Amino acid sequence: MAEVKEDFDPYILGICCNWCTYAGADQAGTSRMQRPANLRILRVMCGGRMEPLMVIQALKNGADGVLVSHCHVGDCHYVEGNLKTFRKMPLFLKMLEQFGVNPKRVKYTQVSASEGAELTEIVKEFVKELKEIGPNPLRMEE
Amino acid sequence: MSKTINNDEEVKIGIYICDCGINIAGVIDTTTLTEYAKTLPNVSLAKEYTFMCSSIGQEMIKEDINEGLINRVVVAACSPRMHEPTFRTVVREAGLNEFLFEQANIREHASWVNLDDSEGALKIAKDHVRMAVAKLNELKPLEVELVKVEPTCLIIGAGIAGMYASLDLAQEGYDVYLVEKEPTIGGHMAQLDKTFPTMDCSACILTPKMVDVEREEKIHLMTYSEVDNVDGYVGNFDVTIKKKPHYIDQEACTGCGACAIECPVICGNEFELGIGTRKAAYIPFPQAIPGKYTIDMTKCIKCGICASPDVCEPDAIRLDQKPEYIDVKVGTIIAATGWDLYDPTELKQYGYGKYPNVITGFEMERLLSSYGPLEGKPVRPSDLKPPHVLGFLQCVGSRDFRPGKNKYCSRVCCMYATKQARQYKEKHPEASVYIFYTDIRAFGKGYEEFYESAGENFNIKFIRGRIGELYENKDHSLIVRAEDTFLQKQIEIKLDMLVLSCGLEPRHDSDQIASLLTIQKSSDGFFMEAHPKLRPVDTLTSGIFIAGVAQGPKDIPDTVAQAKGAASSAATLMAMGEFAIEPYYSIVLEQKCSGCKSCQSLCPFNAISFDVIKNIAVINKALCKGCGTCAAACPSDAIVQNHFSDDQIFAMINTAIPPLAKTENGGK
Ligand SMILES: Cc1cc2nc3c(=O)[nH]c(=O)nc-3n(C[C@H](O)[C@H](O)[C@H](O)COP(=O)(O)OP(=O)(O)OC[C@H]3O[C@@H](n4cnc5c(N)ncnc54)[C@H](O)[C@@H]3O)c2cc1C
Repeated sequence: MAEVKEDFDPYILGICCNWCTYAGADQAGTSRMQRPANLRILRVMCGGRMEPLMVIQALKNGADGVLVSHCHVGDCHYVEGNLKTFRKMPLFLKMLEQFGVNPKRVKYTQVSASEGAELTEIVKEFVKELKEIGPNPLRMEE
Repeated sequence: MSKTINNDEEVKIGIYICDCGINIAGVIDTTTLTEYAKTLPNVSLAKEYTFMCSSIGQEMIKEDINEGLINRVVVAACSPRMHEPTFRTVVREAGLNEFLFEQANIREHASWVNLDDSEGALKIAKDHVRMAVAKLNELKPLEVELVKVEPTCLIIGAGIAGMYASLDLAQEGYDVYLVEKEPTIGGHMAQLDKTFPTMDCSACILTPKMVDVEREEKIHLMTYSEVDNVDGYVGNFDVTIKKKPHYIDQEACTGCGACAIECPVICGNEFELGIGTRKAAYIPFPQAIPGKYTIDMTKCIKCGICASPDVCEPDAIRLDQKPEYIDVKVGTIIAATGWDLYDPTELKQYGYGKYPNVITGFEMERLLSSYGPLEGKPVRPSDLKPPHVLGFLQCVGSRDFRPGKNKYCSRVCCMYATKQARQYKEKHPEASVYIFYTDIRAFGKGYEEFYESAGENFNIKFIRGRIGELYENKDHSLIVRAEDTFLQKQIEIKLDMLVLSCGLEPRHDSDQIASLLTIQKSSDGFFMEAHPKLRPVDTLTSGIFIAGVAQGPKDIPDTVAQAKGAASSAATLMAMGEFAIEPYYSIVLEQKCSGCKSCQSLCPFNAISFDVIKNIAVINKALCKGCGTCAAACPSDAIVQNHFSDDQIFAMINTAIPPLAKTENGGK
């Protein structure tokens, strides 16, 4: 299908919650789980703090992919902050598509503090997918 | 171009790049990173040092602040989850507001995950430093909130872990609410016969402690109770405890047992794992504490015999008793809920539940117990004769790497199988006893000696190899085939009985407890500690601690050690009397709030109320835990979360992505 652009180095911005996914990324590091160097992580305290506008802004600024990730449903450090984002995301992803943005540029996952291995796999896969999609056209315009 | 803080002071940022020995500098070219850092907006200086967290590193920062060279600090090092508190203290001690600090994670999120990609790691490190600077430019000084810590602890689970933690805390002078869901305290240890490696009788060392717990004035024992709800925060948890109805007034009951004698309903006895029987009116075991009776309503036929004055002289029977809810306020919580035994029924190849002579190690424990259903004389279930050839199979439900199975080692089965094998040989020296194992793990004090002696002095045969096939003969004896991996040959043995050494699992309801306490579970399903080495009894939720098998499989010595550790951590917090909480609460900007109330229903902590006169939302900062959900949702941008404001987050997003042209040439 899509051609994989090997020389393209996707820029991924992660917006992750402090208690689960950020901690999971720490665990991946402590366990020396290797992944391609494409993910930068912006830390917020809770999944509930994530706003669709943050994702849009990152895409507008040229991020090739945005990873939004928080605790599993039921695991939230703040009881149910993540649920609010959990409800918003499907709608948001639909909206993105209508705006002409490939919704595959946004990956929405739940990664716990002990799931460094899962996060590593998610990033590997995301990088592969983004290489198929190619660079963010908004970034090319710069 | 330069920003200002409080009055007209210019923003002067100091960036400190940590080598972390070779952990960072071995991968990332920290000299290039330091030079790059100097080019960022409002950066006055950038320095590199081997270990920023060392006292020399800390002094470097302090000196620069004291000399007026900088007034904000970025440290690019490990995860902020590791050293943010360290560097905030440094900044505070140098006289700056500690929230004018930002840590860039260039170790866990850069060097350690890109060990073979120096360029890639450098690229991530630069982006993280740039984002930190962007945020730092927007940061505002904040005041730490001190909250009082109630000198009272809630302990959930009264197994050996919960009991020891309670005793320690009570003796230190703290009030303890010890909540146990069963009608008695003691936990699983009460069901064990002897304990490895010293072979002391479990009941003999446990029951005196149970009595101590009951007698201790500071311990408010609540058996047959469960935690129904937990609200609040560190130092100030509001807990609702549900006392289940005993259907017997516990104050009036004298424990005479007449109700149980007269009760006509006979049912399976959980304490004996169903091997023995009890009545619907019962006491779990004779030494149970409290020694009062309970009626099992799921079994009771409401005949009313026990309620007659001839039977219950003190008139304690209350067949219409209702659950009672009790509210308590505590400063700290310890979860010590223990374990469930792995159920081997799903491993069809071993025939548990199908072949009568295949039993679990826990059942064997009851068969061997001198106060168990067989008074310590194990027999094979099919014909009630003592087995001549007895086998144990190790790692049942542990160390299994198939999807959905328990990968971890349960850490007690090698030793308990050896213990049980030895106990059987002591009673039946003529019997042959085999232990089929994967590896023998005899790691504790005196364990290796115990294992050695089992082979040498008791002639127990250890065979390294899992059982591959198992058949049942007509007489219910079992044929097992295994590979002896030392001799590299197939063996076939006829056993009279096989004991499956089942592993320990997280409690089936541990999910509920975790979400009640908002604590995390590790991938094995046990409660997760805040740090695997340095904070083994803390959780990520301040004020909540874990102990015993609830945290991970362990034997009694380790359980007791951890319980004492958890008690000490809780006591430290309560002795300090105050706890500093991060001021990440949200604030409503009055002029912007339109009074739509959409934030109110989103708050998980009911921290948002509505001021009907001003027609605006009001956030109670003591109740707000700082998730920022309201700030994300406010349609008028009227809510600001401290330290994670839109200005701060969007500043990061806006600098996070370097323009393409720059990254391709010279941007690095
Ligand atoms: C067959 C077998 C033999 C063993 N033999 C030995 C031995 O010889 N030597 C040795 O050192 N170790 C031995 N062990 C290990 C030992 O049993 C454990 O180390 C010990 O039980 C751990 O104690 P605990 O307090 O953590 O958990 P538990 O004993 O499980 O106690 C937990 C308590 O919490 C209560 N509880 C659970 N959930 C809730 C809730 N939601 N609300 C309120 N209360 C709750 C439970 O009812 C229970 O009373 C053996 C284990 C097995 C399986």
